[in-house]
Amino acid sequence: MSKPTDKQVNKVIDTDVAIIGGGLMGTAAALALRRQQRSVVVLEQGWCGAQASGVNYGGVRRQGRAACQLPLSQRAHGIWRRLAQTIGSDGEYIASGHLKLARSDADMQELIAYRETAAAYGLELELLEADALRRRYPWIGNQARGASLCVEDGHANPRLIAAAFARAAEQAGARLLQQSAVLECSFDGNYFTLINSRGERVRSRFLLNCSGAWGKEIAERFGETVSEQAIYPNMCVTEPLPPLMNLSLGVVGGAFYARQVERGNVVLGGGRGIGNLALDATRPRASSSFKALAALTEMVPALRNALVIRTWSGVEGETPDHQPVIGPSVTTPGLLHAFGFSGAGFQLAPAVGEVLAELVTKGESSTPIEAFSIKRFAVPQSSKEESKV
Amino acid sequence: MNAIVPTSPNIVIIGAGPAGVRAAQTLVEAGLHPIVIDENRRAGGQIYRQPPPGFVRSKKELYGFEAAKAEALHSSFDQLRPAIDYRPDTLVWNCMPGHPGQLDLLHAQRHAEQPYSHLILCTGALDRIMPFPGWTLPGVYTLGAAQVALKAQGCVLDGRVVIAGSGPLLYLLAYQYVKAGADVVAVLDTARFGGKLRALPALLRQSVTFAKGLYFMGWLRAKGIPLIDGVEQIAADGKHTIQSLRWTRGGKTTEIACDALATGFGLRSETQLAELAGCRFVFNELNQQWLPQRDDAGRSSVPGVYLAGDGSGIAGADAAELSGRAAALALLQDLGLPANAAAKAAAEQESRRLAQTLRSNLQFRQGLETAFPTAVHWARDCADDLVICRCEEIPAGELRRSVQQEGTVEINRLKAMTRVGMGRCQGRMCGAAAAEILAHATGVSVAEAGRLRVQAPVKPIPVSAALAAEEQT
Repeated sequence: MSKPTDKQVNKVIDTDVAIIGGGLMGTAAALALRRQQRSVVVLEQGWCGAQASGVNYGGVRRQGRAACQLPLSQRAHGIWRRLAQTIGSDGEYIASGHLKLARSDADMQELIAYRETAAAYGLELELLEADALRRRYPWIGNQARGASLCVEDGHANPRLIAAAFARAAEQAGARLLQQSAVLECSFDGNYFTLINSRGERVRSRFLLNCSGAWGKEIAERFGETVSEQAIYPNMCVTEPLPPLMNLSLGVVGGAFYARQVERGNVVLGGGRGIGNLALDATRPRASSSFKALAALTEMVPALRNALVIRTWSGVEGETPDHQPVIGPSVTTPGLLHAFGFSGAGFQLAPAVGEVLAELVTKGESSTPIEAFSIKRFAVPQSSKEESKV
Repeated sequence: MNAIVPTSPNIVIIGAGPAGVRAAQTLVEAGLHPIVIDENRRAGGQIYRQPPPGFVRSKKELYGFEAAKAEALHSSFDQLRPAIDYRPDTLVWNCMPGHPGQLDLLHAQRHAEQPYSHLILCTGALDRIMPFPGWTLPGVYTLGAAQVALKAQGCVLDGRVVIAGSGPLLYLLAYQYVKAGADVVAVLDTARFGGKLRALPALLRQSVTFAKGLYFMGWLRAKGIPLIDGVEQIAADGKHTIQSLRWTRGGKTTEIACDALATGFGLRSETQLAELAGCRFVFNELNQQWLPQRDDAGRSSVPGVYLAGDGSGIAGADAAELSGRAAALALLQDLGLPANAAAKAAAEQESRRLAQTLRSNLQFRQGLETAFPTAVHWARDCADDLVICRCEEIPAGELRRSVQQEGTVEINRLKAMTRVGMGRCQGRMCGAAAAEILAHATGVSVAEAGRLRVQAPVKPIPVSAALAAEEQT
């Protein structure tokens, strides 16, 4: 970054809502807020949607989510279905179906139990025994003991979706400040003031912390304790192949997940890469790629003969209970969090954006989000001082 | 094992071309036992590429003027064989820095891992691809591919061959091809003779090399091969394969029937492994490419990682031999070798001399760039429907549209938005062209357009190799 000029240093941008993080959560919130006529400034340290939002697997999946996420996930599903109208691009979204495979009887029992859970939230799943599974999907290998199918789940291209949300937000009037890391942020009792690496000063009534793996850092600046660690998903893609898999695949236990894109490439993930929180500092690991490929080809033997053309990773924030942090701050009025999605935020993002907009405009969410409150990380007063050391 | 080195270092040289062979030789002379990994079946690299065993053409026929150098390099390598751990036909597809670092290898469709304490990267170069209409037609080759056919496969491109592009290699290949009995119907040079004259002082510094270039041109003319300079807007035409080539010169369009075309627009360093090894990169104006930063001796920004040969800036085969030796001397010096004071002083003196020679060689290279400039306007002038990324079939217009409609200003963003460079070649072929289109469309320099990030594998690896590796664990 070049040094800010004197003119820029003094520049103050007043806005109703400032959003830290130009990923999917931040830009979906920006879009929803613009629809409510709120002025919005998004501050993104790199390029909008270039981090986890743009390099994740691209699963648009409700199946398998914890019960507490299902209302939010169902709401998101409704938005995905009218995505093209919402953001002006379908981002290669396809409601292909999501098939979660069982590799043992115990896995199958888990799927049967989950079906009950999901039904209570209006999510219908179809269970397939081994024979029925192979009749319907002859490309699935003999090792599969059965599966659970969610017909309307699917997948999309994250690098297009993330960029499309950013563009839609901008076209709706949100101001996107890219290459704009937040250097300072403070709250004076009425207004938040942010100073970015471009020397601009942003002043707002509300502040949204949508900073993914960096969310903990922002929360801590306002005296909030969160357990969030960075994780680095391990991703691979094959050369383009003839059409084979017509739905998104997962497996109980999560050893791999895979989808075939329109162009023919099979995108798959599983295991972890390595990295740190600096931008573009993540690396996939060969051992993780191999494990995911072994697990995948056990279920889809035809892929044994493919070539892997690229592997990659990215950085995501994970909490100990794998649930995100969504909702108001406990220390600072006007500060709202939405981060720590633990590798499963892609599908939820459009709904999270609407929820954040509701919290700003109405002070409450029409979808239950209590389970995601930052309160759950609160530590007793006595140990708080120690943790600051 | 050598008693001087307290803990035996795990030194890996990647590439067995002129740089790699001389680096290995230098280490062996110091009593070390390096591992030499090479993607080719036989040592020699590209310029001194060896034919398969049992091949009947002589070195003189294969390498012409360079036969003696080829012979010297090959025989040096043969003598080294007992002292090195040589792994031919092995692709290094990933490099993870660390202590030790790790290389991921592919040999005979099997995965293997190799730890390293020190790395000398002699990864060479590949042709710089400049898209033009018809460049993806069957029958259109790079100069490098045309040379591989000649040296490693003992054949030439069939039928009437046109050789076109820019750079001294055009005339060398034409000479080699005619010598081998190929039907070369024209050599088209996008450079003008005026440019070559301007570069004369710099070229004269290496007058032998320059003289060879002039010799090839004279020889080709004597054989009646048309040599046409100042050629613009080349375009290959044909239905399923190339059938003719068009070009303009002084506003006039000419067409020639042909069955094959070999094109060369200079070379680009193969820098993927340097990036994966964690080396810092700087934009090099002369090469118009992001290159791993290196000191005079070939030390990269990463301790223990050294760079030599065309893989860290194009300087040619003679320079590669010298830089291979220089990098190995630097490595030895960093290991505290030689320990003997007199030998140490001699090595240091040699290092200084090598650095000086390499600097003077660079001036020749600058001269060549003046003589054979890359066509800077192609990225501005090319049509929207010209395919830039052949793996993903992305035309220039799609890249320009992303700039105009999506505000894309950076090459990795361009990749994300358009898929350019996301295919089998991972941008090795199209990366430079895409960056130039981006730079022209946004009005910034190629340097400002950014550097396309590299991800493993450097070249595609079979899933089956991964499965075999997983079964072993």
